[in-house]
Amino acid sequence: MIQIANLTKRFAGTAVLDGIDLDIEQGEIIVVIGPSGTGKSTLLRCLNFLEHPDAGQLTLGDLQVDVTRASRRDILAARRRTAFVFQNYALFANKTALENIAEGLIIVNRWPKDKAHARAREILERIGLADKADAYPASLSGGQQQRVGIGRAMAAQAEVILFDEPTSSLDPEWVEEVLGLMKQLAAERQTMLVVTHEMGFAQDVADRVVFMEGGRIVEQGPPAQLFQSPQDPRTRDFLRKVLAAQPAPQTL
Amino acid sequence: MSVLDFDYMLGLVPILLSYLPLTLEMAAAGMVLALALACGLAVIRVLKIPGLNAATMLFISFFRGTPLLVQLFLFYYGLPQLLHFLTQINGITATIMGLTLHFSAYMAESIRAAIVGVDRSQTEAALSIGMTNGQLMRRIVLPQATRVAVPTLMNYFIDMIKATSLAFTLGVTELMGATQKEAAGSFLYFEAFVTVAVIYWIVVELLAWGQRRLEARLNKAYSR
Ligand SMILES: Nc1ncnc2c1ncn2[C@@H]1O[C@H](COP(=O)(O)OP(=O)(O)O)[C@@H](O)[C@H]1O
Ligand SMILES: [Mg+2]
Repeated sequence: MIQIANLTKRFAGTAVLDGIDLDIEQGEIIVVIGPSGTGKSTLLRCLNFLEHPDAGQLTLGDLQVDVTRASRRDILAARRRTAFVFQNYALFANKTALENIAEGLIIVNRWPKDKAHARAREILERIGLADKADAYPASLSGGQQQRVGIGRAMAAQAEVILFDEPTSSLDPEWVEEVLGLMKQLAAERQTMLVVTHEMGFAQDVADRVVFMEGGRIVEQGPPAQLFQSPQDPRTRDFLRKVLAAQPAPQTL
Repeated sequence: MSVLDFDYMLGLVPILLSYLPLTLEMAAAGMVLALALACGLAVIRVLKIPGLNAATMLFISFFRGTPLLVQLFLFYYGLPQLLHFLTQINGITATIMGLTLHFSAYMAESIRAAIVGVDRSQTEAALSIGMTNGQLMRRIVLPQATRVAVPTLMNYFIDMIKATSLAFTLGVTELMGATQKEAAGSFLYFEAFVTVAVIYWIVVELLAWGQRRLEARLNKAYSR
């Protein structure tokens, strides 16, 4: 269970996150949408302490942190409870697919190498890349790299996996395989917080869609409700623009 | 009568070669120590560790900004005047010290550039799974930076071998010092210095050949 209360982040005096409150149930899949520059990435990065928030309280499973008083130890603990999937994959270039997935288990969780590699093989199996165990990222397609990126996040066994536009850097031909893997995780009730412009994915997979603008949550609800009867004019305006730019989900 | 006394030169080769190990040992010791120091300095610069960062910049600026020969004289003749326990310092130690400090300044900057060149997003990925700065440096950043830095570092090693010849000014009889002595005995200066030049040249070419092979291998890495 994740609780975010009054999460605030300023860059050069400007509030990029302006008091975000959000609770996420275990097994819940939340999709965050909103115009670019609105603080969606910053929200995910603050949960993972890649950015240090200026104020707020975080509950990540058994960990509670007042971010203004977060110690180094709290930050490491928070990072272990949140896994991150990056837009540009960010795989370790000097490690094979298998090693990318096993690295955190070995170094952070201090598992013996054999056990970590065995787990990494299981994960490679699940992400459909068992035959690429020994391949370096440079020799993988974008879609394969992102699946390894997701595999690395899966290995962390975090409370929540944070996805920051996981398909935005991909050539169109690879988008489906990555979304397919994310759907598979969703079906296994992996808790996920996903920033994406893939409205079809939000429609099909999300339990809840959150619309952000200007560093705040403007509106949230189940996808059917948010897409079909958005309450706030900003939400309506955004959806109209996005849906004009990409084919509407079938069910809309 | 030929211009060069070839017989003298051929006879000189084995004599001079017996001093080559000392030359190479000084360079090797200097290289190992300089590498270790340079890695430390580079990490301080990259992490911008308060206080140490400014001191490191000053260190690098000084050792890159003054001639190696001046630095060697400073250590060998100058420092013992201040620090009396150093009166025992011998020429070889002073040379290794000078080479270490001088080259570490250059090498630190190459290593720093190689570290900074590793895609920042990999650092974030390592942090995101809970690695500490030390762990991500050791496991992710430094191995990749090494591949980038190795060719440059090899160049410094080659420079360092040539620079060991300055040790003769501190009274060390290494390759250059031995040549000087032989030449002074025979008055065949031209022959002696041509011979030693060829020896340095061959050693450097051998290393350069090794460097090219290493580089070719490094270029192939991480793409399997
Ligand atoms: N490290 C940073 N320094 C300064 N400004 C930043 C930084 N990161 C993000 N911003 C600014 O914060 C705002 C929100 O950015 P971001 O969270 O990336 O938005 P989104 O992901 O919704 O597009 C943008 O105006 C961006 O320019
Ligand atoms: Mg973003």
